[in-house]
Amino acid sequence: MKNKGNVFSLIPYYAWIILFVIAPIILVGYYSLLDLDGHFTLMNYKQFFTSVYLQMTLSSFWYAFLITFFTLLISYPTAYLITKLKHKQLWLILIIIPSWINLLLKTYAFIGIFGNKGPINSFFNWIGLGDQQILFTSFSFVFVSVYIFIPFMILPIYNSLDKLNPALMDAAKDLGASRLTTFRRVIIPLTADGIKAGIQAVFIPALSLFMITRLIAGNKVITLGTAIEQQFLVTQNWGMGSTIAVFLIIVMFIIMFLTGSKEKGEARNGKTK
Amino acid sequence: MKSMVRITIGILAVCGILFYIAHALNQSSGASGKKILTVYNWGEYIDPSLLKKFEKETGIHVIYETFDSNEAMMTKIEQGGTNYDIAIPSEYTIEQMKEKDLLLPIDHNKIMNLQNIDEDFLDLPFDKKNKYSIPYFWGTVGIVYNPKLLGKGYDFDNWNDLWDPSLKGKVVLVDSAREVMGVGLNSMGKSLNSTDSKELSAATDKLIKMAPNVKAIIGDEVTQLMINEDAAVALTWSGQAADMMFENEDLTYAVPSAGSNLWFDNMVIPRTSKNLDGAHKFINFMLNPENAAQNADYVGYSTPNKAAMKLLDPEVISDERYYPSKETRKNLHVYKNLGLEKIGEYNEYFLKFKMAIR
Repeated sequence: MKNKGNVFSLIPYYAWIILFVIAPIILVGYYSLLDLDGHFTLMNYKQFFTSVYLQMTLSSFWYAFLITFFTLLISYPTAYLITKLKHKQLWLILIIIPSWINLLLKTYAFIGIFGNKGPINSFFNWIGLGDQQILFTSFSFVFVSVYIFIPFMILPIYNSLDKLNPALMDAAKDLGASRLTTFRRVIIPLTADGIKAGIQAVFIPALSLFMITRLIAGNKVITLGTAIEQQFLVTQNWGMGSTIAVFLIIVMFIIMFLTGSKEKGEARNGKTK
Repeated sequence: MKSMVRITIGILAVCGILFYIAHALNQSSGASGKKILTVYNWGEYIDPSLLKKFEKETGIHVIYETFDSNEAMMTKIEQGGTNYDIAIPSEYTIEQMKEKDLLLPIDHNKIMNLQNIDEDFLDLPFDKKNKYSIPYFWGTVGIVYNPKLLGKGYDFDNWNDLWDPSLKGKVVLVDSAREVMGVGLNSMGKSLNSTDSKELSAATDKLIKMAPNVKAIIGDEVTQLMINEDAAVALTWSGQAADMMFENEDLTYAVPSAGSNLWFDNMVIPRTSKNLDGAHKFINFMLNPENAAQNADYVGYSTPNKAAMKLLDPEVISDERYYPSKETRKNLHVYKNLGLEKIGEYNEYFLKFKMAIR
């Protein structure tokens, strides 16, 4: 009887997963096989592999890579420093709070900051550099994206660093490892799961960023997300939009697979709670 | 187990209540009858006091709702469940709506004021003999620029001026495939309704040469950029240009004489209408010279109503920027509905152009 009750209580979850996870993926796959008149076709896929879309996909990947790389570069030391601070939780919250503010609001704020009359250009003028074009460049796009994603990278890394047993570092030191070696051979491998989780949380959303490409990069950067939006809203070609989405889903699975943490790794971690 | 059942019943009850509320809301939004008229229009696109005046004159209560894109408007009407009596789409959408059989024919005998409309704006290709639509406002696509930031010597009478090397990193384009491709096509003396892939490809190649000049390709944000003098040159619609010029007096607007786009927003009666008589009364009311003039004055776009033009400020009417001469208008062309496949092609070429600007 107890077992039966368990099955029943699982029904809402299964229903949820089927309705909101599996069904949409199947629908996206189904639509990707339809042409404008609703006939079955593989044309969308053929078209996707033409130069324009392929070029766009590659540049989208390149920018997602850059964003993830710089986010990691900034987040790892930050997370490490926070674990060494006295009021860890307070600092962590200070870093997380900006992510509560609406994305669009933050983006619009950057339009003002980077604008010709914004504070940065005023500063440039003051030191005699003259007006620089900052808004609508790929630099500003990467900068704003990195800013937005930092909290999502810091959290998982912080968690894994915080769980690190300090005794292991002392042991490394006692056994004659230099600080660099300790970092490279002990700390990084033990926090790999946090890094992987952070990459997952940044890379995929970075591929499908879309409002920022227009507002900050002035469409000088085009991501897969922008292309999907255009196909659905402007061209009204749901088939092609879905094809790009299918591609995004496949990439997502590949990334999850590559960065997935294995159960075995858990035991080797030497975590103490 | 018991609590599971209770929760399930609870959820079902809440769902039922929500469905009922949604149903009730649907009924009230766009509810129509003999005494109610539902108008579906773009935002900020009518003088609200005219709606009051109409209510007073006819005793018909007006429910006013707004949309922000032709596509959204059409989808809502297509789905049904609404009772819109009047909608105001752009010309290419009217073609699509006609194809999808979403419009009711307009009885010209009930629209006495139709004679006030300039003949140039009647009987156009998108709706022959105005069977389904009556012109509301019209405008152009052109270039708004700031002579203060550019120095003298620019008048943008020619699209090719946008390729001038002195404009490096100064031109803002609108994020819309047909407008930008139209610039490429028009600059080569080709039609902006071209369906010839070779011409489209050539236009894209030409646009790509403009890439160093392009500062950004954005949407409505351009208004703020131009007003704040963050940008010097922008491709935009005449109405949006009017908004910018109202805020920043240094700005001016030009439509290159070689040709550009001419657009219309028109009043139509969707198939969902429940108050045909009221809808006709409304159209007739809006065509009344006094009302049309008041509306044009408030909204700031160009009116197709020649009787109303006599009532407007002569300075506005003689302003070539808003009311281009017949000579210029000959070179202005209305977008044709090219079909989804061609629109897809336009967008692909546009994407290629976007990929070329860095």
